[in-house]
Amino acid sequence: MPATDMHTTAAHASAALKEADRLMVVCNSCRYCEGLCAVFPAMEMRRIFNDGDLNYLANLCHNCGACYFDCQFSPPHEFEVNVPRALAQVRAESYAAYAWPRALSGLFARNGLAISVIAALSVAAFVLCFVAYHDRSVLFDIHSGPGAFYRLMPHNAMALLFGAVFLYSFIAIAMGVRMFWRDIGEPMSILGAPTSLWQAMKDAGSLRYLDGGEAGCMNHDDRPTDTRKHFHHATFYGFLLCFAATVTATLYHFLLAREAPYPWYDIPVILGTIGGLGLVVGPIGLLAAKLWRDPDLQDGPRFGMDVAFLAMLFMTSLTGLLLLGLRSTPAMGTLLALHLGVVFALFLTLPYGKFVHGIYRFLALTRYAKESHGVHAGTNAPMPNG
Amino acid sequence: MIDLTRKFDVLVIGGGNAALCAAISARREGASVLVLEAAPKFYRGGNTRHTRNMRCAHDAATGTLTGPYSEEEFFDDLIRITGGRTDEPLARHMIHESKDMLHWIAQQGIRFQPSLGGTLTLGRTNSFFLGGGRAMLNTLYQTAERLGVEVLYDAPVCDLDIADGIFLSATFIQDNNKIAVRGGALVAASGGFEANIGWLKQYWGEAAENFLIRGTPYNRGTVLKVLLDKGVQEIGDPTQCHAVAIDARAPKYDGGIITRLDCVVFGIVVNKHAVRFYDEGEDVWPKRYAIWGRLIAQQPNQIGYIIFDASALELFMPSLYPAISAGTIRELAARFSLDANVLEKTVSDFNAAVRPGTFNHTDLDDCRTEGLVPAKRHWARKIETPPFYAYPVRPGITFTYLGTRVNKQARMLMKSGTPSANMFAAGEIMAGNVLGQGYAAGIGMTIGSVFGRIAGREAAANARN
Repeated sequence: MPATDMHTTAAHASAALKEADRLMVVCNSCRYCEGLCAVFPAMEMRRIFNDGDLNYLANLCHNCGACYFDCQFSPPHEFEVNVPRALAQVRAESYAAYAWPRALSGLFARNGLAISVIAALSVAAFVLCFVAYHDRSVLFDIHSGPGAFYRLMPHNAMALLFGAVFLYSFIAIAMGVRMFWRDIGEPMSILGAPTSLWQAMKDAGSLRYLDGGEAGCMNHDDRPTDTRKHFHHATFYGFLLCFAATVTATLYHFLLAREAPYPWYDIPVILGTIGGLGLVVGPIGLLAAKLWRDPDLQDGPRFGMDVAFLAMLFMTSLTGLLLLGLRSTPAMGTLLALHLGVVFALFLTLPYGKFVHGIYRFLALTRYAKESHGVHAGTNAPMPNG
Repeated sequence: MIDLTRKFDVLVIGGGNAALCAAISARREGASVLVLEAAPKFYRGGNTRHTRNMRCAHDAATGTLTGPYSEEEFFDDLIRITGGRTDEPLARHMIHESKDMLHWIAQQGIRFQPSLGGTLTLGRTNSFFLGGGRAMLNTLYQTAERLGVEVLYDAPVCDLDIADGIFLSATFIQDNNKIAVRGGALVAASGGFEANIGWLKQYWGEAAENFLIRGTPYNRGTVLKVLLDKGVQEIGDPTQCHAVAIDARAPKYDGGIITRLDCVVFGIVVNKHAVRFYDEGEDVWPKRYAIWGRLIAQQPNQIGYIIFDASALELFMPSLYPAISAGTIRELAARFSLDANVLEKTVSDFNAAVRPGTFNHTDLDDCRTEGLVPAKRHWARKIETPPFYAYPVRPGITFTYLGTRVNKQARMLMKSGTPSANMFAAGEIMAGNVLGQGYAAGIGMTIGSVFGRIAGREAAANARN
């Protein structure tokens, strides 16, 4: 029986979901990969795979690739089992499906292009505004001392603008969370369960399931030589440190009335510098790993989305570090416009790009923590064959 | 490019667990090693591709094993499953060596995990490979290549040059060329002949055409045949093979473990004439699953149908292919072109014979038939709750028992009884020494690893002398 005619358990909204269902039926009759990650134990709790179940499993998958190389039925075998790619496709579709407002889900279709255009427009807008509101001399002057940045853009304008875009993104992502949570059929109360949330935070924070069940992840071939975990840590914690730097600086401003720029030894600068370095190294490493990765494991059309997000993070940290390094030179004005433009675009596009993978994966991990709690996955039915 | 004009210390034929353990073991003893694998890279490893655990004796529970499994208990299990048909000293030696195998195999990079969902009965005795058999193979190949073992794929050996029990060279076919390569010692770890339908026909006749092969098409037994033709003593019943009932919709080759069906005990099994032919509830499934391949093979057209009702659907592992369902037994019969009147009678006769009892699918319960031939001794419940379901099943051949006789050094014995000077065997090709009949989960891998390691070590020592 050809692989494409094989059994599925439910009707589906897309070809990718149908293929994922077919694979879950194959995997559920095998279960050899049970020890690799959370996806397979979660699968074993089910016999029917509706769209919501598959969206949950797809977002639970960290795309470590171990199951592809461990599988005796991966291509060229006629069963054509390629779980990492099938779930990557379902995952990408789910991002678009949960986008809010709905009209903007199309941004996921050609995400690389969309993000690039938005980023370019954002940078251009900041440069234009700086030029429009000041004469050339202000833009290219040397500014120093407290409030140097605000001679180019008043602090309140900056806070208002970025506060507004942050709020918008927060709401848009929250709406997506709501849609995902409904889709997978979980009651909202689970999101308030501290044990599940804490477990999910530990699992996400350590990337527990990006390690092929402790054997390591595969990237280019069947050797577990993957370094994505380290680069992802650099990226993620770099991002958090940069965010913490921004929050600290905002608190300084409003609570202590201390104005940026701060000296190099002050907390916002230290946090931002370390975070910025992580956010330079991390995305470069992840991009290199992606280029080196076996194309069979990847959802080809989503390459642009992944690269766009990495590029935005990289540009954020690069412009931030340049600004730090050159803030006492005439380049400061231009760099500030550049940095603010990139950061603005980054925040504006958070709900419409790869960033959401972290949100939905965390939610999937929360649900997994809840449903796997105290349960040994699987069935009592005997499986005698050796 | 591998220099094939040189003489390798050890030539390993085969590419599965036994072959790689032999290659690694020989290489660690300092020998130069060439592995000739008949299959292309993806299909490398023979039946090891489809395994998932090995059975090793151990004194105490570990992170992945729930309790101790003594040598004595292992030996008792072996005697029970083989009905005593084993080379006892050799079996005891293997079981003793299996204890250290858990450590040795871990040293080669293999990782274990707790027993898989649905296999709790094996959690104490069997060590499960993280990610299954192909993951285990990948690691063995990586270790072998890191140590400097040379590996050739798509290199089926077609002939051996053996003089007076001394191995000189092997000839393999690559790109339509015959290439001879010399070796100081031979380790034959090339499996059985389960994928060689022509050979199976010698014992099973035309029925063998309807057999499905659970492993790759590369287990053709060519090397086994050459060895037996050139004076190596044979062991094991040539007419027997390990066969289970698998889904008739499975591919001809390499459907692996996922085409199995574990629901015989929950229903009845009929042949193409819609009549029953054996007690489906004779014993717990782990003890009986391996007889159903042969039972189906003996039925007309080598086909059978497992029939059950809605009450049993979720009592067993989800299947790869869906059970065929119908609202009535008549409709179900029509789905398979069975005689509906006969099937209805078979089911109603069965239902009428079912005695009341307390159903317990985890133990030998008291649900049985009375006055029915053949009887169903356990788990007999009326088939009466629609929808009704059926799986078509065929014999799925796992491995063959015929092999080469070996001693404790894994050294082949010649027909005269004298040990070969430099020929060793490991894995399925010599499993018949230990397994005269029957099977228990994970023993094939134990045989492969233990004798592979011994064969590699001895072959390396031999090549040096």
